[in-house]
Amino acid sequence: MSAARRSAVRGAAPFVIGVGVLWLALVVLLPLGMVFAEAFRRGLEGFLQAFDEPDAWAAVRLTLLVAAISVPLNALFGLAAAWCISRYEFRGKALLTTLIDLPFSISPVISGLVWVLLFGTAGWFAPLLDALGVRVIFTVTGLVLATILVTLPFVARELIPLMQQQGADEELAALTLGAGPWAIFSKVTLPNVRWALLYGVLLCNARAMGEFGAVSVVSGHIRGLTNTLPLHVEILYNEYDFVGAFATATVLAGLALVTLLIKSLLEWRFADELAATRRH
Amino acid sequence: MFDRRGLLLSAGALAAAGCSPRGGGDAGAASLLNVSYDPTRELYRAYNTLFATHWRDTGQGDATVEQSHGGSGKQARAVIDGLQADVVTLALAADIDAIAERGLLRRGWADSLPDNACPYTSTIVFLVRKGNPKAIRDWPDLVRPGVQVITPNPKTSGGARWNYLAAWGDAIRRPGATEATATAYLTELFKHVPVLDTGARGSTTTFVQRGIGDVLLAWENEAFLAVEELGADKVDIVVPPFSILAEPPVAVVDQNVDRKGTRPVAEAYLRFLYEEPAQVLIAQNYYRPRNQAVAQRFGTRFPQLELATIGDFGGWTEAQAKHFADGGVFDRIYQPSGA
Repeated sequence: MSAARRSAVRGAAPFVIGVGVLWLALVVLLPLGMVFAEAFRRGLEGFLQAFDEPDAWAAVRLTLLVAAISVPLNALFGLAAAWCISRYEFRGKALLTTLIDLPFSISPVISGLVWVLLFGTAGWFAPLLDALGVRVIFTVTGLVLATILVTLPFVARELIPLMQQQGADEELAALTLGAGPWAIFSKVTLPNVRWALLYGVLLCNARAMGEFGAVSVVSGHIRGLTNTLPLHVEILYNEYDFVGAFATATVLAGLALVTLLIKSLLEWRFADELAATRRH
Repeated sequence: MFDRRGLLLSAGALAAAGCSPRGGGDAGAASLLNVSYDPTRELYRAYNTLFATHWRDTGQGDATVEQSHGGSGKQARAVIDGLQADVVTLALAADIDAIAERGLLRRGWADSLPDNACPYTSTIVFLVRKGNPKAIRDWPDLVRPGVQVITPNPKTSGGARWNYLAAWGDAIRRPGATEATATAYLTELFKHVPVLDTGARGSTTTFVQRGIGDVLLAWENEAFLAVEELGADKVDIVVPPFSILAEPPVAVVDQNVDRKGTRPVAEAYLRFLYEEPAQVLIAQNYYRPRNQAVAQRFGTRFPQLELATIGDFGGWTEAQAKHFADGGVFDRIYQPSGA
């Protein structure tokens, strides 16, 4: 590269960085700031009023419950799927990989609707559910199913490329040294992928708590029973309680920020270890 | 580190979630689910308290009523798909008919309560910007050049279907009017609609909060509420000379109450809507009460105007089939790219 061209590239740097920062401010910081500004439009008292309602707390509890069920299940599935795909050759592997990505590409509304078509009164499994006396749609179970479907790819997608890149060498070495399957998994595989796993779990969790479309379809919108936080925000907005809606939205934003904070703290605490893993 | 504990945790949580969220209920504590349409949120919040007091005072124990709200057609769909409603209080009879068609309640439901099972009525009025800058007073004013009209989607919203029929009723009563001129009027009207929300409440927030459009076609009660909640300095109500008698019906969902054993309290819940204290509450929430004495007390609140009824359209079954079913008049006249 000629000296002139090199200095031209260097000269462009502030401009490119400036555009990036401006864009971020416009599409991330501005809306986020808006949420907080609207929430506190009537001061702290107006803000706190939104949480004076038992329905708001029911929504918080339900959101946490749904995430607490969906995220561990998807973490287990993600680990299992990544293990299969990165360690074995089998027919249909490409198909499996594509299927894992599918929830990313279909609209969340469809992800909700499929459960209604399967488990609704006119659904495929309706006679079976009727006989068992179990209800799925418009209950917490339905919310969990919809959330699991939507958040399915997050952990697997983080793990697959890493595990493929790392290969099975260390595990094979452990095997030759006489380690059992559990020892290999807990002492070799898991430590190698734990950062990717953590990152996948955090992303999965953020989406599970924030999901709107799919849960809206299967919720039934019963106040205090099947309304998650995002649905509660919509209800408050529709009831002209704009301050309440945005105050509740700050709880969601807060949960997301806490998630990010945990990630940053862990990264800072284990910085050395992280650098070592990345070198693989 | 994660998996074993995670597995236990999730297994426990699944077991908890598998249990039905509302218990079967012990004697003395009844729990109902009222699946309703959009604008009744404030009415039923107040009425549920009133009913709980009544139920306790008459020695029947505690009654809690859960609420679910949304576009009327959407809510009917949810009940058909399995939402465990004890009672439905929807925007129009056709939506309850749709539930009856699936066998969840009996077809003659409208005869089980007075006044065709409609304990309150309303009508369709115009909500305009303060001072009525576009001088909108009557239905033909809506299709003047430069006027934007906000109304929800008749496919999903009950209120939107009343809006549509009121417009049709006005067009068809004009001198020399035919089906063709009425269809032409509605075609033109929907060309003036920039946004079709799924429910009446969505349209109200579009009009008032987002400031889109010159006139909102709204339930009378929704218009009053918008003025009350959002300030009389922003919008005015215009009552057109002619509109439609909107009759939102109520019904017990037979299959659900029989399974849950809630029939007595569900029936009492709907019957009590016709009693005087409930009728007063209804009028306070800007619905037109059936009880004449109560109506007189609120006389000036509800202006008299000429009203078409659903009977003029041959009843809901016929109106639904002709105008709103797939391939009906609305499907033929509405082109989303218009406006």
